[in-house]
Amino acid sequence: MKAVIIGTTTLIAAAGLGLYTWNVSQNAKQTPCGDTAVASSAIGGPFELVSETGETVTDTDVITKPTLVYFGYTFCPDVCPLDSARNAQAAYLLEDEGYDIGTVFISVDPDRDTPQVVGDFTENFHENMIGLTGSAEQVSVASKAYRTYYRKQDGDDEYYLVDHSTQTYLMMPDTGFATFFKRDHTPEQIAEITACFMDTEV
Amino acid sequence: MKLNTLIASAFLILVAPAAWAESNITVMHPTAFETAPTAMAGGGFMHISNDGDTDDTLLSVEADFPRVELHTTEFTDGVAKMMHVEGVPVPAGGMVALEPGGYHVMFMGLQGDPFEVGETIPATLIFEHAGEVDITFEVVERTMEHNH
Repeated sequence: MKAVIIGTTTLIAAAGLGLYTWNVSQNAKQTPCGDTAVASSAIGGPFELVSETGETVTDTDVITKPTLVYFGYTFCPDVCPLDSARNAQAAYLLEDEGYDIGTVFISVDPDRDTPQVVGDFTENFHENMIGLTGSAEQVSVASKAYRTYYRKQDGDDEYYLVDHSTQTYLMMPDTGFATFFKRDHTPEQIAEITACFMDTEV
Repeated sequence: MKLNTLIASAFLILVAPAAWAESNITVMHPTAFETAPTAMAGGGFMHISNDGDTDDTLLSVEADFPRVELHTTEFTDGVAKMMHVEGVPVPAGGMVALEPGGYHVMFMGLQGDPFEVGETIPATLIFEHAGEVDITFEVVERTMEHNH
Protein backbone atom coordinates (compact mmCIF):
# COMPACT_ATOMS: atom_id res chain seq x y z
CA MET A 1 0.00 0.00 0.00
CA LYS A 2 2.79 2.36 0.97
CA ALA A 3 4.52 1.57 -2.32
CA VAL A 4 1.37 2.44 -4.23
CA ILE A 5 1.09 5.82 -2.46
CA ILE A 6 4.72 6.62 -3.15
CA GLY A 7 4.30 5.52 -6.74
CA THR A 8 1.22 7.69 -7.20
CA THR A 9 2.90 10.67 -5.57
CA THR A 10 5.85 10.29 -7.88
CA LEU A 11 3.52 10.09 -10.85
CA ILE A 12 1.67 13.25 -9.80
CA ALA A 13 4.95 15.04 -9.20
CA ALA A 14 6.22 13.96 -12.61
CA ALA A 15 2.99 15.08 -14.26
CA GLY A 16 3.24 18.41 -12.45
CA LEU A 17 6.80 18.91 -13.59
CA GLY A 18 5.77 18.04 -17.12
CA LEU A 19 2.94 20.56 -17.05
CA TYR A 20 5.28 23.19 -15.63
CA THR A 21 7.86 22.56 -18.33
CA TRP A 22 5.16 22.74 -21.00
CA ASN A 23 3.93 26.04 -19.56
CA VAL A 24 7.43 27.51 -19.52
CA SER A 25 8.04 26.50 -23.12
CA GLN A 26 4.70 28.04 -24.12
CA ASN A 27 5.63 31.31 -22.45
CA ALA A 28 9.07 31.19 -23.99
CA LYS A 29 7.49 31.01 -27.43
CA GLN A 30 5.98 34.46 -26.95
CA THR A 31 9.41 36.05 -26.62
CA PRO A 32 11.69 33.63 -28.40
CA CYS A 33 14.47 36.00 -29.27
CA GLY A 34 16.17 36.87 -26.06
CA ASP A 35 16.35 39.26 -23.25
CA THR A 36 15.61 42.70 -24.59
CA ALA A 37 12.00 42.39 -25.69
CA VAL A 38 9.81 45.06 -24.15
CA ALA A 39 6.19 46.00 -24.57
CA SER A 40 6.96 49.10 -26.59
CA SER A 41 5.00 48.93 -29.79
CA ALA A 42 4.87 52.73 -29.57
CA ILE A 43 8.56 53.00 -30.50
CA GLY A 44 9.14 54.12 -34.06
CA GLY A 45 6.78 55.65 -36.57
CA PRO A 46 6.73 58.25 -39.30
CA PHE A 47 9.64 60.63 -39.76
CA GLU A 48 10.96 62.87 -42.48
CA LEU A 49 14.70 63.45 -42.61
CA VAL A 50 17.46 64.40 -45.06
CA SER A 51 19.68 61.74 -46.63
CA GLU A 52 23.42 61.82 -47.32
CA THR A 53 22.69 63.12 -50.81
CA GLY A 54 20.49 65.94 -49.53
CA GLU A 55 17.17 64.37 -50.46
CA THR A 56 14.20 64.40 -48.14
CA VAL A 57 13.32 60.83 -47.17
CA THR A 58 10.67 59.23 -44.98
CA ASP A 59 10.76 56.21 -42.69
CA THR A 60 9.28 54.02 -45.43
CA ASP A 61 12.06 55.05 -47.84
CA VAL A 62 14.69 54.17 -45.27
CA ILE A 63 13.39 51.09 -43.46
CA THR A 64 12.84 48.81 -46.45
CA LYS A 65 14.25 45.75 -44.66
CA PRO A 66 15.03 44.79 -41.06
CA THR A 67 17.14 47.72 -39.86
CA LEU A 68 19.27 48.68 -36.87
CA VAL A 69 18.54 52.32 -36.00
CA TYR A 70 20.85 54.43 -33.83
CA PHE A 71 20.76 58.11 -32.83
CA GLY A 72 24.04 59.97 -32.25
CA TYR A 73 26.25 62.79 -33.52
CA THR A 74 29.50 62.81 -35.42
CA PHE A 75 31.34 65.30 -33.19
CA CYS A 76 31.34 62.63 -30.49
CA PRO A 77 34.68 60.85 -30.86
CA ASP A 78 34.10 58.04 -28.42
CA VAL A 79 30.68 56.51 -27.84
CA CYS A 80 29.02 57.07 -31.23
CA PRO A 81 31.83 55.61 -33.36
CA LEU A 82 32.12 52.72 -30.93
CA ASP A 83 28.40 51.90 -31.11
CA SER A 84 28.25 52.48 -34.86
CA ALA A 85 31.23 50.19 -35.44
CA ARG A 86 29.53 47.60 -33.25
CA ASN A 87 26.27 47.84 -35.25
CA ALA A 88 28.19 47.64 -38.53
CA GLN A 89 30.00 44.57 -37.27
CA ALA A 90 26.67 42.96 -36.35
CA ALA A 91 25.44 43.72 -39.87
CA TYR A 92 28.53 42.14 -41.42
CA LEU A 93 28.01 39.02 -39.28
CA LEU A 94 24.37 38.80 -40.39
CA GLU A 95 25.28 39.35 -44.04
CA ASP A 96 27.84 36.57 -43.82
CA GLU A 97 24.98 34.29 -42.80
CA GLY A 98 22.79 35.46 -45.67
CA TYR A 99 20.55 37.93 -43.81
CA ASP A 100 19.68 41.20 -45.55
CA ILE A 101 20.02 43.81 -42.82
CA GLY A 102 20.18 47.60 -42.92
CA THR A 103 21.89 50.06 -40.57
CA VAL A 104 20.84 53.67 -40.00
CA PHE A 105 22.54 56.51 -38.09
CA ILE A 106 20.30 59.50 -37.30
CA SER A 107 22.06 62.68 -36.21
CA VAL A 108 20.81 64.53 -33.15
CA ASP A 109 23.15 67.42 -33.99
CA PRO A 110 21.64 68.81 -37.22
CA ASP A 111 23.44 72.16 -36.84
CA ARG A 112 26.87 70.64 -37.40
CA ASP A 113 26.00 67.35 -39.10
CA THR A 114 25.39 68.28 -42.72
CA PRO A 115 24.35 65.49 -45.12
CA GLN A 116 27.96 65.21 -46.27
CA VAL A 117 29.40 64.98 -42.75
CA VAL A 118 26.91 62.28 -41.78
CA GLY A 119 27.56 60.45 -45.06
CA ASP A 120 31.33 60.43 -44.49
CA PHE A 121 30.84 59.30 -40.92
CA THR A 122 28.64 56.30 -41.77
CA GLU A 123 30.74 55.34 -44.81
CA ASN A 124 33.59 54.78 -42.40
CA PHE A 125 31.77 51.94 -40.65
CA HIS A 126 29.74 50.14 -43.29
CA GLU A 127 29.45 50.96 -46.98
CA ASN A 128 25.66 50.62 -46.78
CA MET A 129 25.05 52.41 -43.48
CA ILE A 130 22.52 55.19 -44.08
CA GLY A 131 23.26 58.52 -42.43
CA LEU A 132 20.36 60.90 -41.83
CA THR A 133 20.13 64.46 -40.61
CA GLY A 134 17.56 67.20 -41.12
CA SER A 135 16.20 70.41 -39.72
CA ALA A 136 16.02 70.80 -35.95
CA GLU A 137 12.29 70.16 -36.24
CA GLN A 138 12.67 67.02 -38.38
CA VAL A 139 15.25 65.53 -36.01
CA SER A 140 13.08 66.34 -33.02
CA VAL A 141 10.09 64.54 -34.58
CA ALA A 142 12.19 61.44 -35.38
CA SER A 143 13.71 61.38 -31.90
CA LYS A 144 10.29 61.67 -30.27
CA ALA A 145 8.94 58.84 -32.43
CA TYR A 146 11.72 56.59 -31.12
CA ARG A 147 11.46 58.03 -27.64
CA THR A 148 15.13 58.91 -27.60
CA TYR A 149 16.61 61.72 -25.58
CA TYR A 150 19.13 64.32 -26.66
CA ARG A 151 20.17 67.65 -25.28
CA LYS A 152 22.82 70.08 -26.44
CA GLN A 153 25.09 71.00 -23.55
CA ASP A 154 25.32 74.65 -22.56
CA GLY A 155 28.29 76.90 -22.99
CA ASP A 156 30.62 76.11 -25.80
CA ASP A 157 29.85 77.88 -29.08
CA GLU A 158 31.78 75.83 -31.59
CA TYR A 159 32.79 72.70 -29.71
CA TYR A 160 29.61 71.93 -27.81
CA LEU A 161 28.71 68.39 -26.74
CA VAL A 162 25.36 66.62 -26.95
CA ASP A 163 23.93 64.20 -24.39
CA HIS A 164 21.97 61.45 -26.09
CA SER A 165 20.39 58.00 -25.76
CA THR A 166 22.55 55.12 -26.90
CA GLN A 167 20.02 52.36 -27.62
CA THR A 168 19.96 50.69 -31.00
CA TYR A 169 16.50 49.74 -32.30
CA LEU A 170 15.70 46.77 -34.48
CA MET A 171 12.92 47.92 -36.80
CA MET A 172 10.96 45.78 -39.24
CA PRO A 173 9.53 47.31 -42.44
CA ASP A 174 6.01 45.93 -41.89
CA THR A 175 5.65 45.39 -38.17
CA GLY A 176 7.84 48.19 -36.85
CA PHE A 177 9.67 47.91 -33.56
CA ALA A 178 11.01 44.44 -32.70
CA THR A 179 13.50 45.01 -29.88
CA PHE A 180 16.30 47.27 -28.75
CA PHE A 181 19.93 46.76 -27.84
CA LYS A 182 21.96 48.42 -25.13
CA ARG A 183 25.55 49.53 -25.28
CA ASP A 184 26.87 46.36 -23.68
CA HIS A 185 25.41 44.06 -26.31
CA THR A 186 28.19 42.57 -28.43
CA PRO A 187 28.03 42.37 -32.24
CA GLU A 188 27.54 38.62 -31.89
CA GLN A 189 24.57 39.03 -29.52
CA ILE A 190 22.94 41.61 -31.78
CA ALA A 191 23.46 39.40 -34.83
CA GLU A 192 22.03 36.36 -33.05
CA ILE A 193 18.94 38.11 -31.65
CA THR A 194 18.31 39.97 -34.93
CA ALA A 195 18.59 36.71 -36.89
CA CYS A 196 16.06 35.15 -34.51
CA PHE A 197 13.58 37.99 -35.11
CA MET A 198 14.13 37.77 -38.86
CA ASP A 199 13.54 34.00 -38.79
CA THR A 200 10.36 34.51 -36.78
CA GLU A 201 9.09 37.19 -39.18
CA VAL A 202 9.19 34.97 -42.24
CA MET B 1 80.55 78.33 7.30
CA LYS B 2 77.28 79.50 8.74
CA LEU B 3 76.34 80.97 5.41
CA ASN B 4 77.28 77.77 3.64
CA THR B 5 75.08 75.75 5.97
CA LEU B 6 72.25 78.15 5.37
CA ILE B 7 72.64 77.83 1.63
CA ALA B 8 72.86 74.07 1.92
CA SER B 9 69.71 73.96 4.06
CA ALA B 10 67.87 76.22 1.67
CA PHE B 11 68.96 74.04 -1.20
CA LEU B 12 67.74 70.92 0.62
CA ILE B 13 64.38 72.50 1.38
CA LEU B 14 63.93 73.50 -2.24
CA VAL B 15 65.04 70.23 -3.76
CA ALA B 16 63.96 67.64 -1.25
CA PRO B 17 60.18 67.86 -1.68
CA ALA B 18 60.54 67.28 -5.39
CA ALA B 19 62.73 64.26 -4.78
CA TRP B 20 60.38 62.75 -2.22
CA ALA B 21 57.17 63.41 -4.08
CA GLU B 22 58.18 61.24 -6.95
CA SER B 23 55.78 59.88 -9.47
CA ASN B 24 57.21 57.67 -12.13
CA ILE B 25 54.95 57.86 -15.15
CA THR B 26 54.90 55.42 -18.03
CA VAL B 27 52.53 55.88 -20.96
CA MET B 28 51.57 52.81 -22.97
CA HIS B 29 49.93 52.48 -26.39
CA PRO B 30 48.88 56.06 -27.10
CA THR B 31 46.43 55.49 -29.96
CA ALA B 32 43.80 57.45 -31.84
CA PHE B 33 41.19 55.97 -34.14
CA GLU B 34 40.97 56.98 -37.77
CA THR B 35 38.18 59.44 -38.53
CA ALA B 36 35.90 60.24 -41.45
CA PRO B 37 37.28 62.77 -43.96
CA THR B 38 35.00 65.56 -42.72
CA ALA B 39 35.25 64.68 -39.01
CA MET B 40 35.49 67.63 -36.65
CA ALA B 41 36.81 65.72 -33.65
CA GLY B 42 38.81 62.63 -32.80
CA GLY B 43 39.55 60.63 -29.67
CA GLY B 44 42.89 59.65 -28.14
CA PHE B 45 43.40 56.69 -25.81
CA MET B 46 46.26 55.24 -23.72
CA HIS B 47 47.23 53.50 -20.50
CA ILE B 48 49.17 55.46 -17.90
CA SER B 49 50.98 53.76 -15.03
CA ASN B 50 52.58 55.38 -12.01
CA ASP B 51 55.39 53.36 -10.44
CA GLY B 52 56.25 56.13 -8.01
CA ASP B 53 55.14 56.52 -4.41
CA THR B 54 53.04 59.64 -4.93
CA ASP B 55 49.60 60.00 -6.48
CA ASP B 56 49.73 62.03 -9.65
CA THR B 57 47.13 63.65 -11.89
CA LEU B 58 47.05 64.11 -15.64
CA LEU B 59 46.02 67.75 -15.84
CA SER B 60 45.94 68.43 -19.55
CA VAL B 61 47.15 67.46 -22.99
CA GLU B 62 48.74 69.79 -25.48
CA ALA B 63 48.78 69.12 -29.21
CA ASP B 64 48.57 71.10 -32.41
CA PHE B 65 44.77 71.47 -32.62
CA PRO B 66 42.44 74.40 -31.95
CA ARG B 67 41.37 72.69 -28.75
CA VAL B 68 42.40 69.56 -26.83
CA GLU B 69 40.52 68.45 -23.72
CA LEU B 70 40.29 65.53 -21.33
CA HIS B 71 36.83 64.04 -21.34
CA THR B 72 34.93 61.20 -19.80
CA THR B 73 31.60 59.64 -20.65
CA GLU B 74 28.97 58.85 -18.07
CA PHE B 75 25.97 56.66 -18.74
CA THR B 76 22.65 57.12 -16.99
CA ASP B 77 19.71 54.98 -18.11
CA GLY B 78 21.24 54.51 -21.53
CA VAL B 79 21.94 58.22 -22.02
CA ALA B 80 25.57 59.07 -22.72
CA LYS B 81 26.80 62.35 -21.30
CA MET B 82 30.28 63.39 -22.28
CA MET B 83 32.00 65.68 -19.84
CA HIS B 84 35.12 67.77 -19.68
CA VAL B 85 37.25 66.68 -16.69
CA GLU B 86 39.78 68.83 -14.84
CA GLY B 87 42.17 65.93 -14.34
CA VAL B 88 42.61 62.19 -14.54
CA PRO B 89 43.99 60.73 -11.29
CA VAL B 90 46.90 58.31 -11.63
CA PRO B 91 47.38 56.75 -8.17
CA ALA B 92 50.81 55.77 -6.85
CA GLY B 93 51.55 52.19 -7.84
CA GLY B 94 48.47 52.15 -10.03
CA MET B 95 47.35 52.46 -13.59
CA VAL B 96 44.59 54.37 -15.33
CA ALA B 97 43.12 53.44 -18.68
CA LEU B 98 41.88 56.01 -21.14
CA GLU B 99 39.72 53.75 -23.26
CA PRO B 100 36.56 53.89 -25.34
CA GLY B 101 33.49 54.46 -23.17
CA GLY B 102 35.45 56.22 -20.43
CA TYR B 103 38.27 58.74 -20.17
CA HIS B 104 39.64 59.99 -23.46
CA VAL B 105 41.56 62.84 -25.01
CA MET B 106 39.37 64.84 -27.33
CA PHE B 107 41.09 66.57 -30.23
CA MET B 108 38.78 69.27 -31.54
CA GLY B 109 38.82 71.32 -34.72
CA LEU B 110 40.09 68.71 -37.20
CA GLN B 111 38.21 70.35 -40.05
CA GLY B 112 39.73 69.25 -43.31
CA ASP B 113 42.56 67.21 -41.81
CA PRO B 114 41.17 63.86 -40.62
CA PHE B 115 43.11 61.21 -38.71
CA GLU B 116 44.41 58.66 -41.19
CA VAL B 117 45.77 55.20 -40.40
CA GLY B 118 49.54 55.32 -39.96
CA GLU B 119 49.57 59.02 -39.12
CA THR B 120 51.21 60.08 -35.87
CA ILE B 121 50.12 62.88 -33.55
CA PRO B 122 52.77 64.36 -31.27
CA ALA B 123 51.40 65.54 -27.93
CA THR B 124 52.56 66.57 -24.49
CA LEU B 125 50.88 65.29 -21.34
CA ILE B 126 51.02 67.66 -18.38
CA PHE B 127 51.09 65.95 -14.96
CA GLU B 128 50.75 67.64 -11.60
CA HIS B 129 54.00 66.08 -10.30
CA ALA B 130 55.76 64.41 -13.20
CA GLY B 131 55.46 67.56 -15.29
CA GLU B 132 55.62 67.30 -19.07
CA VAL B 133 55.73 63.92 -20.77
CA ASP B 134 56.05 63.87 -24.56
CA ILE B 135 54.19 61.10 -26.36
CA THR B 136 53.10 60.23 -29.89
CA PHE B 137 49.62 58.97 -30.69
CA GLU B 138 49.43 56.46 -33.48
CA VAL B 139 46.33 56.48 -35.65
CA VAL B 140 44.89 52.99 -36.03
CA GLU B 141 41.85 51.34 -37.58
CA ARG B 142 38.90 50.65 -35.34
CA THR B 143 39.48 47.21 -33.87
CA MET B 144 35.86 46.16 -34.30
CA GLU B 145 36.12 46.79 -38.04
CA HIS B 146 35.23 43.75 -40.09
CA ASN B 147 37.90 42.40 -42.38
CA HIS B 148 36.10 42.49 -45.69
